[in-house]
Amino acid sequence: MSSSVAVRKAAPAAGTTPGTAQAPPLRRRIALAPTAVLLLGALYCLLPVAWVVIASTKSGSELFSSFTFLPGSGFTDNLKDLSAYRDGVYWKWMANSALYAGVGALLSTAVSALSGYALAVYRFRGRESIFNVLMAGVLMPPVILAVPQYLLLAKADLTDSYLSVLLPLVLSPYGIYLARIYAAAAVPPDVVEAGRMDGAGEWRIFTRVALPMMVPGLVTVFLFQFVAVWNNFLLPYIMLSDDEKFPITLGLFTLLEQGANTPALYTLVITGAFLAIVPLIALFLVIQRFWSLDLLSGAVKS
Amino acid sequence: MTSRKTRQSYGVKSAPYGFLLPAGILFALFFALPIGYAIWLSLHKVEVKGLGLGRGARSEVWAGLANYTDAVTDSELLHGALRILGYGAIVVPVMLGLALVFALMLDADRVRLAPFTRLAIFLPYAIPGVVAAMMWGFLYLPDVSPFYFLLDKLGLPQPDLLDGGPLYGAMANIAVWGGTGFNMIVIYTALRAIPAEVYEAARLDGCSQLQIALRVKIPMVAPSLVLTAFFSIIATLQVFNEPTTLKPLTNALSTTWSPLMRVYQDAFVKGDIYSAAATAVLIAVVTLVLSFGFLRAANSRTKQEEAR
Repeated sequence: MSSSVAVRKAAPAAGTTPGTAQAPPLRRRIALAPTAVLLLGALYCLLPVAWVVIASTKSGSELFSSFTFLPGSGFTDNLKDLSAYRDGVYWKWMANSALYAGVGALLSTAVSALSGYALAVYRFRGRESIFNVLMAGVLMPPVILAVPQYLLLAKADLTDSYLSVLLPLVLSPYGIYLARIYAAAAVPPDVVEAGRMDGAGEWRIFTRVALPMMVPGLVTVFLFQFVAVWNNFLLPYIMLSDDEKFPITLGLFTLLEQGANTPALYTLVITGAFLAIVPLIALFLVIQRFWSLDLLSGAVKS
Repeated sequence: MTSRKTRQSYGVKSAPYGFLLPAGILFALFFALPIGYAIWLSLHKVEVKGLGLGRGARSEVWAGLANYTDAVTDSELLHGALRILGYGAIVVPVMLGLALVFALMLDADRVRLAPFTRLAIFLPYAIPGVVAAMMWGFLYLPDVSPFYFLLDKLGLPQPDLLDGGPLYGAMANIAVWGGTGFNMIVIYTALRAIPAEVYEAARLDGCSQLQIALRVKIPMVAPSLVLTAFFSIIATLQVFNEPTTLKPLTNALSTTWSPLMRVYQDAFVKGDIYSAAATAVLIAVVTLVLSFGFLRAANSRTKQEEAR
């Protein structure tokens, strides 16, 4: 079930095929070409991140004068400037993003768990039709949703509020899909039946028996949704006008819009971009140990 | 005893509907209702009476397909659509090609540093598209970019990456950078699910690593490739964040560069929600036709090959 562990163990072990036990020539032990290709790929993917890390250490004048991959001396000043920008609105954006992503992902995981469990464990009329209708949501382009969502929320006087960014993202077809697959693999029908024999109600069986079994899968749903909300731009861009409520993506964008004509603001944008990716990269490095990537692509073996 | 049993079986019957209620309500409010409203809007327009002052001077009237015919005959929208097709023609094959190559390399025998490189290539997935566009945007700017520094030192010509033809490459690069890792993981997962016996059989037949990759691995992960392509097409046709973020850095990007940006302009800058709705519906329909068309073509081809 915890398939990520299997992948992590299997990856290095793949090199030792049974047939190669009788000591092949040394140079054949490492597959040079594939390793080189992978290293190039890693370099390509890390390059902009490395650049933004280094560029954030440069003062305004160093940014344009010194070689790009030499660290500068201005990081603390940049940090101070960024924190001072409009009375620290940058950190407000960060806190907002944490709020949107944290609360949004939590609600989304709860709804996905309920729906996935119901679709996996029960046999009932309309099960497949309900599932298919919910899944159609994943194919709906966000644009056809976002504009009418704005207009409808405006009628309810809810635009430019925290709720206007939170609520439309709670229903995640992909989360329901993952939760269903995971519940089908992790919750045996006998256990549910045994709970009924003991006289437990359906809700009690779900919360006390099934939910603990689904936790590893739900962690994946939560993280997937956390990243999706944190990275979202279109919805807050359309919904919000008060920059006190902006998430970090939208805040940085407005900073860039102003900074484009004033190179003095470049350092702020760059430092802001660097700090904006730190939480996600940290999260990413910590969780990739137990984040079942297999589940992400829907492959669960029971 | 009996009453308890009936109550219980009644509970079992209705429980799944109860569990699905939150999802159902959210679906109705944030999916079904907006889509219905968008379609309704797209078939209406505002009629202004007199000077358009006072109550009742502006009323919504039936417009039939007028908004759609306007959208279809709009040359700027058509150009936007063509730009996105050109952009997508670069992004989807390059991104999936790279994802497939990296996945195959990760799966190859005796490869070193696989866990590190896998993580590094997957890392851009965690970075918001807006921030990715910003980082690359700065790397495209001659004043601060290390590439231009190198080109300058080597005495090579320095192309303007944020204009004309190179702009497509520059934009596509951001999408490729951000999307390759995720697709690589999906394909790699499918590769790892292939049973070892299949390779043993191929090795006994004297196949080389390369032959195994081309003749065994790629055909076996074809369904994952089709699926990743399907979702990549949908995402590519919706591109909005990256061009919007790059716009402040260059004059070559108009406010209507991609059809989605056009929808935003119509709805929130020009305030014409009716034609914006028609354009949005049109984009959705084209997206679904193209992505499902691709899915059908891919499936019928796999069937043909199976039949052979």
